[in-house]
Amino acid sequence: MTTTTLAVLVPLLPFLGAAAGLLLGRTAPGFVRPLAVLPPLASLVLAALVAVRQGGDAAVDARTELTPTGSVPIELALHIDGFAALVAVLVAFVAACVQIYSTGYLRDDPRYPSYAALVSLFTSAMLLVVYSGDLMVLLVGWEVMGICSYFLVGHYWETPEARAASLKAFLVTKLGDVPFLIGLFALAADAGSFRLTRVLGAVASGAVDHPTPIALLLLAGVAGKSAQFPLHTWLPDAMAGPTPVSALIHAATMVAAGVYFIARLLPLFQASRAAMVVLAVMAAVTMAGSALAALAQDDIKRVLAYSTVGQLGYMTGALAVGDRGAAVFHLLTHGAFKALLFLAAGVIIHAAGTNSLAAMSRMRGLRDRIPDAYWTMTVALLALAAIPPFSGFFSKESVLGAAEHVTAGHTEHAPGAAGWIVLAAGLLTALLTAAYATRLWLLAFRGRGAEAPDHGRQPLTMTVVLWVLAVPSLALGGLAYRSLPGWFDGRDLTPTLLTSILGTGLAVVGGLLTYGAWQRTTALAARTPLGAVAAHPEGDAGLVEAEAIATHQPAYGDIAHAPDPADPGRLLLGPLHRTAAAGFHLDAVYTALFVRPVQAGASLVRFLDREVVDTYVRAAAALPRLLGAAVRRTQTGNVQTYVSALLAGTVVLAVAVLLVATGA
Amino acid sequence: MHLAYPAVLSALLFCTGLYGVLARRNAILVLMSVELMLNAVNLNLVAFDVWLSRTARETLHSGQALTLFTIAIAAAEIGIGLAIVLAVYRNRGTSDIDKLRDTAEGPETAGPDTEGPGTSAAEKAEATA
Repeated sequence: MTTTTLAVLVPLLPFLGAAAGLLLGRTAPGFVRPLAVLPPLASLVLAALVAVRQGGDAAVDARTELTPTGSVPIELALHIDGFAALVAVLVAFVAACVQIYSTGYLRDDPRYPSYAALVSLFTSAMLLVVYSGDLMVLLVGWEVMGICSYFLVGHYWETPEARAASLKAFLVTKLGDVPFLIGLFALAADAGSFRLTRVLGAVASGAVDHPTPIALLLLAGVAGKSAQFPLHTWLPDAMAGPTPVSALIHAATMVAAGVYFIARLLPLFQASRAAMVVLAVMAAVTMAGSALAALAQDDIKRVLAYSTVGQLGYMTGALAVGDRGAAVFHLLTHGAFKALLFLAAGVIIHAAGTNSLAAMSRMRGLRDRIPDAYWTMTVALLALAAIPPFSGFFSKESVLGAAEHVTAGHTEHAPGAAGWIVLAAGLLTALLTAAYATRLWLLAFRGRGAEAPDHGRQPLTMTVVLWVLAVPSLALGGLAYRSLPGWFDGRDLTPTLLTSILGTGLAVVGGLLTYGAWQRTTALAARTPLGAVAAHPEGDAGLVEAEAIATHQPAYGDIAHAPDPADPGRLLLGPLHRTAAAGFHLDAVYTALFVRPVQAGASLVRFLDREVVDTYVRAAAALPRLLGAAVRRTQTGNVQTYVSALLAGTVVLAVAVLLVATGA
Repeated sequence: MHLAYPAVLSALLFCTGLYGVLARRNAILVLMSVELMLNAVNLNLVAFDVWLSRTARETLHSGQALTLFTIAIAAAEIGIGLAIVLAVYRNRGTSDIDKLRDTAEGPETAGPDTEGPGTSAAEKAEATA
């Protein structure tokens, strides 16, 4: 088979799997699990084959035009360069892991067939985005991901949190997608084509007349999908979905799509210095703010969600300094360790029966109940905190190194200001990242208090996947940083000495600070009992998690934080803690700015419709009704009266005719 | 014979029939009055046909042909009418036209969308009963 055929099959197989799963889900339940697991695995094999054949050489391009579509043609086009080949392998790998894990995690769930089919559809849409060489086809995958995320985040739709979160995820990403669509049209109008290669050619030859507005419009869509400030608010709330879905959304699909999109169109963004500075500021605010917010969250998954926002900030930061190699390198390593973090968090929530870190910090021996999750989570957290030699260190250092390179000023492709912004925010975030990673680890695994409940052994499908994902989390960065430049733009990804020492030093300082704070506060834990655990610990992990999510608000008063004085984050953040826990009140700002005016407008329209328009309608009906009542009175039922009226009418008519005929 | 005699006779017959239709209560007598009116018309048709054919303006005698039609149709009509009256009498025990007022529209037999105070009060009384 040719490389093109293989590449077409990669997104097609999960799509067919999803269709078959949806059709057969009820009639043939025995086929659901193979149909869920096998297509992503086959896609993984094929994507790896495509990557091997492509090998970082010249991009594979293929296209076919189904039908003429007016002035700007839309073609089914593939454009597989080194970025596409490697990201597709990551997507298929994480999707396969998530599907295998889900067979254990949701093994008793009645809605598992539709869930698995939607995960497959999600994967297929992301693979379409990755391979597509036509911006309109890319947009199709982009939007299919939006609707899949809506369904999957709302999987536990019995809980009000999940319903609200799925709607929020859909609406906020759509808020970015509208300018994104306009930006695509503007770009195609300037470049004369939706084809990626043609667009990039037009950018290189200077045929795009308005790069700044186009880049800013596209940036809005990217901010929505990739959860960048100020459109990131849907991502922490999306934690109301099942953990494997979070892993899929955060590691491989959806949020990665935005970063990947900019990486593909980076020359367009580089054509506008303003867009690059906006990108840098956005990345810096996202990184630092999300890291502060992560330090204050109580829900273990919300900590991870904010950490995803922050790590995506690193990727957009790398793009803002014009190094897409570093951005995609971080995307790859982050995909591996973030999937591992979420899947391990799912095991922890199942074992502990709660998703609250405050409750876990009052349990002794949780790490002995789930040794697999303990060790793999440790690896993933070290990778997240960018401690050498874990994979996160190499990718994060490549980002910081690129920023440091730009600050020197002798670069054409990025403004020096962007370099300084990204470097400063990146170093601050390195400190904070290590702090919240340490806090999570200490609270989850070093708890003191009552013995952790025994909920039996975790399913093998769940623990094996953790170890499979631990391998790239541990080793991918160190093994790949020398060979990856050949796949990417050829720019060196080796960590530079200065940023490595600074970054690692700050990470160690952050970890030690948190440890010190934890030692001071942990004694308080015994004095303030806290905690609520799921009512059905014998159920499958999905049920336990749904109950944990549903009970967090009634048990602790808030979905995001708990009144726990033993939290080291509280000591570290000081007065900032409350604001950070609420995500810097951005939701309240949105409520005041958008939700209230819209609701006021809606009630005004309702008043106009009910009280003004309807009055006219009712008046128009009242007059005929009155006339009708008058006419009905003559309807006596006596036939002879009718005939009399008929006769009288005839006489009147005859007299009238006579008068007219005689001319009187 | 001058045309005025049959014309006056037919007018008198028609008025008698009209009075019967308007004033009689018994449905059978009303039907009989209708027959009187029809026959007044028939008389007119025949008389004018003769008058017109005498002046040779009309030679097809269409007036007489129309009279035959009217008689045939009147026979059919009276058959159906009497059958209806018979059926009504068997059902209601009367053939009095004044008492056959089922098609009357009024506040008592109002449709569903008119909400007179009387009907709602009656419904309430039914509901409490």
